[in-house]
Amino acid sequence: MSTLALDTADFGNVLQPASPKGKFRLPGVALIQTTHGLQRVMLLTGIVIVAIFLIVAICAPWLAPYGFAQIFQPQQAMSTTHPLGTTVGGFDVLSRIIYGARTAVEVILLAVALSIVVGVPLGVISGYLAGWLDRVLVLVMDALYAFPSLLMAIVVSIMINQGRSGGFTGILSAAVAITVIFVPQYFRVTRNATMAAKVEPYVDAARVAGAKSPRIMFGHILPNVSQSIPVLMTLNAAESILTLAGLGFLGFGIEPNSAAEWGYDLNKARSDIANGIWWTAVFPGAAIVLIVVGVTLIGESLNDVLNPLLRTRGGTTTADEQELVEVVETSEEASQTNEETSQEEDES
Amino acid sequence: MTLLDQTPILRVDNLSVSFRTDGAPVGAVKGISYDLVPGEVLAIVGESGSGKTVGSRAMIGLLPDTAAVTGRAELGADQLIGMKQGALRRVRGDKIAMIFQEPSTALDPVRTVGWQICEAIQVHRKVTKKEAMARAVELLELVGIPDPAERVHFYPHQLSGGQKQRVMIAMAISCDPEIIIADEPTTALDVTVQAQILDLLHDLKDRLGTAIILITHNMGVVADMADRVAVMYQGELVETGTVNQIFTDPQHSYTRHLLGSVPYLGRPRPESMNTPAERIGKDVVMSVNQVCVDFPGRWGAEPTHAVKDVCLQVHSHEILALVGESGSGKTTLGRCTVGLQQVSSGEVNVLGVNIVTAQGKVLRDVRRRIGFVFQDPAASLNPRMTVGDCIAEPMLIHRIGTKEERKARAKELLDAVELPAEFISRYPHELSGGQRQRVSLARALSTSPEFLVADEPTSALDVSVQARVLEVFVRLQHAMGFACLFVTHDLAVVDLLADRIAVMHHGELVELGTRDQVLRNPQQDYTAELIAAVPLPDAVEQGKRRAIRRAGRAE
Repeated sequence: MSTLALDTADFGNVLQPASPKGKFRLPGVALIQTTHGLQRVMLLTGIVIVAIFLIVAICAPWLAPYGFAQIFQPQQAMSTTHPLGTTVGGFDVLSRIIYGARTAVEVILLAVALSIVVGVPLGVISGYLAGWLDRVLVLVMDALYAFPSLLMAIVVSIMINQGRSGGFTGILSAAVAITVIFVPQYFRVTRNATMAAKVEPYVDAARVAGAKSPRIMFGHILPNVSQSIPVLMTLNAAESILTLAGLGFLGFGIEPNSAAEWGYDLNKARSDIANGIWWTAVFPGAAIVLIVVGVTLIGESLNDVLNPLLRTRGGTTTADEQELVEVVETSEEASQTNEETSQEEDES
Repeated sequence: MTLLDQTPILRVDNLSVSFRTDGAPVGAVKGISYDLVPGEVLAIVGESGSGKTVGSRAMIGLLPDTAAVTGRAELGADQLIGMKQGALRRVRGDKIAMIFQEPSTALDPVRTVGWQICEAIQVHRKVTKKEAMARAVELLELVGIPDPAERVHFYPHQLSGGQKQRVMIAMAISCDPEIIIADEPTTALDVTVQAQILDLLHDLKDRLGTAIILITHNMGVVADMADRVAVMYQGELVETGTVNQIFTDPQHSYTRHLLGSVPYLGRPRPESMNTPAERIGKDVVMSVNQVCVDFPGRWGAEPTHAVKDVCLQVHSHEILALVGESGSGKTTLGRCTVGLQQVSSGEVNVLGVNIVTAQGKVLRDVRRRIGFVFQDPAASLNPRMTVGDCIAEPMLIHRIGTKEERKARAKELLDAVELPAEFISRYPHELSGGQRQRVSLARALSTSPEFLVADEPTSALDVSVQARVLEVFVRLQHAMGFACLFVTHDLAVVDLLADRIAVMHHGELVELGTRDQVLRNPQQDYTAELIAAVPLPDAVEQGKRRAIRRAGRAE
């Protein structure tokens, strides 16, 4: 639960400047209450998996028995000193997996945040202003879309860091490489939603009031087109893990000494499999599968919950009924007092 | 009443419908009972959400899966509630037919109307395609479509709104049903077309002896059509009676209120709505000079002339009503006056500024002095902003006052439109339709405009709510003295509040004059026709008018 609250709260504040601050509820709780049956199981499972990964990522230094770059005797089997054995390079597998969660979370957050920051405003501007700017942007985004995503990520990674690097720049370059793939998605979703929203009467109302374009775009339209973004965000998060692992596996990821990364470990474990050393490949692989499944479960069930077409709601609100009762009662009172006064007049 | 002596063909007994929702189940219909005898028109009236549509749809199984229906509805020997889908399908269309509100969405756009009528026939009758087609032509002729043999091959988009509704009626009567459920059959149509469709329904009822359940909110239509009336309020049937009983001696407080709030074309307006004549100034606040608006046609097609060469002036402190049917260009012209719509040629002067050419600061300054109230309050308030922010927004844009001052002003305005001050932190979706429209009015007035454009401000509201919004509107107009261009199709509303009236038809200004001139003594045939087509909410009066119309046609 906490993770989801964190997810939507983090980006929700960026995306929804006009969110109800007065009575802010933990978004996760209200969300879970609206789910039923299988959907709720999916959502809760996803949330639990992601929560575990987040806790592991945050508490990595205390949970891991050794540092991620500490070297031992290579290719040891599982034992009490090394619960999941060691790799061909002499790293402790368990420690690498725990620190790997940290790298994964960092890259996901950075990549998703960057793509939203770039893609969403571009989409709103393009959709609202239309004209030649829109055409050029759509052309560029479509061209980006047409590239195979992993190839694109490799090209960007080479452009930024000549292939490989250490520390924060490595994480940044991986995140930027992933961002380039995702920006067109956010761009398209927000652009289309903007095209639909800009003909709504409340936009006309703002124009009549004399509002300038930036205010209309980011004060009125953006809050109304941001509903579909959380879904896209979680689905992209899953994809970005796979892209990161793919980059690492192909050798365009992060240096093993600067951060632990599952894809790199998988790559190094290739030769082990033939020698019957299974633990070096299975555990990083399982970690990747598990977090992708967790994030995807959240994304899919969010899609079900937030998609208004899949929900059932009543047509008229209770406010309408109340208003009706009010007017009927007041008119009743008025007619009664009228009768009384007319009676009094009669008497007098 | 001879009608009541016959054995009913439909007995509805204690019918209830509730919907499963995320929260507790919502009861939409709470135990209604009524009978329907052959050949009668039973009007079910009520506000939106009163359950009038849901109750009728429940009988023929047209509700979503989330609905739970209990009670009995007996059609002859058949019990409709709980009937299996297959059996119900044989009843639908054959014994009970339905006419929907919006003919343009109720017809399949990719099939010819003939195909659709044939389908309706062949589902229930074993006839060949050829026989069905012959019957379709016959039916189209019956419902008054010219050149039926040719039109039977038309697609819905080739027909006008009124013709589409006629096709819907042809489909409904194709298998000689015992009952037709007409769900707001004329709400989406213009008044002149509405009058024709009501005539047609009357005719068919007399000729075929079909019973009609007429679901409507329009008391004029009720007075025109109904034999008996059932009034629904909050899911309950509060009153049933003959049409004369309901109109002359309503029993339930809701019925009395409903009849009291229906604007009546031709009646003197109540004291509170009257504008003293001397108030109306001579200064021209807004003037439109030879304005044309063309919408480009498709490739090769002629452009559509939405507004043709219109000249119009609005004086200070007056309410000028711009009336016309759909497609007359009245809304387009209204949007021109605030610069939401570009004009093709001509001049629009608002408060001394030519709004067509004005740009930047000049345009923004003049917009501060203009207000606009939109038709649909649900769509014109930003759903992500609180009511307070919505009202304060124009002030914020024009940098008027500090944050506290704006908030104070918003509260003041809420009070002016008779809403409690705590609404300031609510969101639009938490409000009812009438409350939202009052918020919308408060927003339009927040910069104390000298000129206000109101585009069908009450047509999305129920009558009883409309009455209150109009009252607030007129009171504020008197207090603040803004000039107003009131765009509407509803002549009864116009009669209630307009000082002068401009009538538009096919983009042209047909007639312009004071309220009395235009409504009491129309000079143009079109205006007279428009006025005559409005059904009056009075059974006796409307009966007389119908007799005159019928005599006129017989000659």
